[in-house]
Amino acid sequence: MGESLMPKIKLGHEPDLSAATYQIHDESHTIGNALRWMLMKNPKVEFCGYSVPHPSENVINVRIQMYDHLSSLDALISALDNLDNVCNSIEEKYLNSLRAGKYERWEEQS
Amino acid sequence: MSSRDPDVDKRRLVGVHPERVTNVSSTDFPGHYPDEDHSWDLAKFNKTLQVRVQRLSNRSIEFDLVGVDASIANAYRRVMIAEVPTVCIEHVYVWNNTSVIVDEVLAQRIGLVPLNIDPSLVSMKENANDQATDRNTLVFLLKLACERNPHAPKGSTDPDQLYINHELRSSHLVWKPAGEQAEVFAHNPPAPTNPNIVLAKLRPGQVIDMELHAVKGVGKDHAKFSPVATASYRLLPHIKIKKPIPRHLAEKFQSCFSPGVIKIDPKTKAVSVDERNVRKDTVSREVLRYPEFVDCVELSRVRDFFIFNVESEGPYVPERILLEANAVLRDKIARIRKAAIALRDGQDEDVAMANNS
Repeated sequence: MGESLMPKIKLGHEPDLSAATYQIHDESHTIGNALRWMLMKNPKVEFCGYSVPHPSENVINVRIQMYDHLSSLDALISALDNLDNVCNSIEEKYLNSLRAGKYERWEEQS
Repeated sequence: MSSRDPDVDKRRLVGVHPERVTNVSSTDFPGHYPDEDHSWDLAKFNKTLQVRVQRLSNRSIEFDLVGVDASIANAYRRVMIAEVPTVCIEHVYVWNNTSVIVDEVLAQRIGLVPLNIDPSLVSMKENANDQATDRNTLVFLLKLACERNPHAPKGSTDPDQLYINHELRSSHLVWKPAGEQAEVFAHNPPAPTNPNIVLAKLRPGQVIDMELHAVKGVGKDHAKFSPVATASYRLLPHIKIKKPIPRHLAEKFQSCFSPGVIKIDPKTKAVSVDERNVRKDTVSREVLRYPEFVDCVELSRVRDFFIFNVESEGPYVPERILLEANAVLRDKIARIRKAAIALRDGQDEDVAMANNS
């Protein structure tokens, strides 16, 4: 599993990786769209888009193009870090809200 | 900015008009507005992010997720439905089945029965053909024979009185512990969450004898593994009354919205929006149908205010599902990150390799 998850640069890419397409295996819109959004929040990213080329292949293509000949791979890694921070913040605030207990409790019949 | 603020930032609103929606896409990206910085800033994000549990029952939870992009909310929704693991019956070995339901149909029905097994106690098979062990498989036996009730009252037509064991129910699943399972599951013996699911109907002489193997899986493989009945979100409705509603039309105006959404002052008959109840509105646009209310009201939804509703159906208590989804999502991110780092460190070879293939 671990090996097949390896993003490989499959399609054309600039020698300095300032523009590249990353093919990520075993991923879907779930990560694709969130990653696209986070990459677009980076002002150094000129373009970012993702696609699921075919529904029967469990693969997404993420295209990243950078300004100033920066590395798209570095942008990808920092976007992943930022996404993890988002998840962490959401988890923390959710747990805080649960602990505070300021919500309506009710019983549901099954 | 709180949701109670009657004048929400225009950019946060998705307009709802009689025949169209407007201002649909988010614009909070760097370079969209000149002289505005929309680059990623965790501190700013943490300031605007709000997560509030609103209602919690034994079966479902409603919580607000405010201040995130739709792609993040959607990622959580998708993971809750398709990638939070549960344990379900996957292999059915039929030794005998003389009921009127054919083996494969009955097996399919049995697979759909939600089990109360905590998935964290079971490991997932790496491969579908892997050897079953006490760590990745739980075994249930399902044995039932229908008989005539010798003490049935004369002339009765009620199957409950005429026959014994005429219904095969989920409660007939008998867990058969293997290896260390008896210890691991001692505090909560594996069984269906609902004992009253009718799986088949029998008549005297009909017999069912099966062995069932339950394994851990995820909803994207088969819907039976999904831990939720529904996991959905909607955007918070926003109603802005632009000019006072005439007294004689107050009640008509109120009836255009869901109950509780519009308040009428009993004395002055002044109409206002109950900010605590706007979430109840369905944004049916009924109010936009009447010429007397033209230009009186603006309907919209708040783009970054997600009202999640999650119904648990399976082993998780409802408040745990988001946490499990969070763990799955972070695991996915970590795996891609690891692969990306590996790609950066051994860059030249990997890139060349991929180009050749």
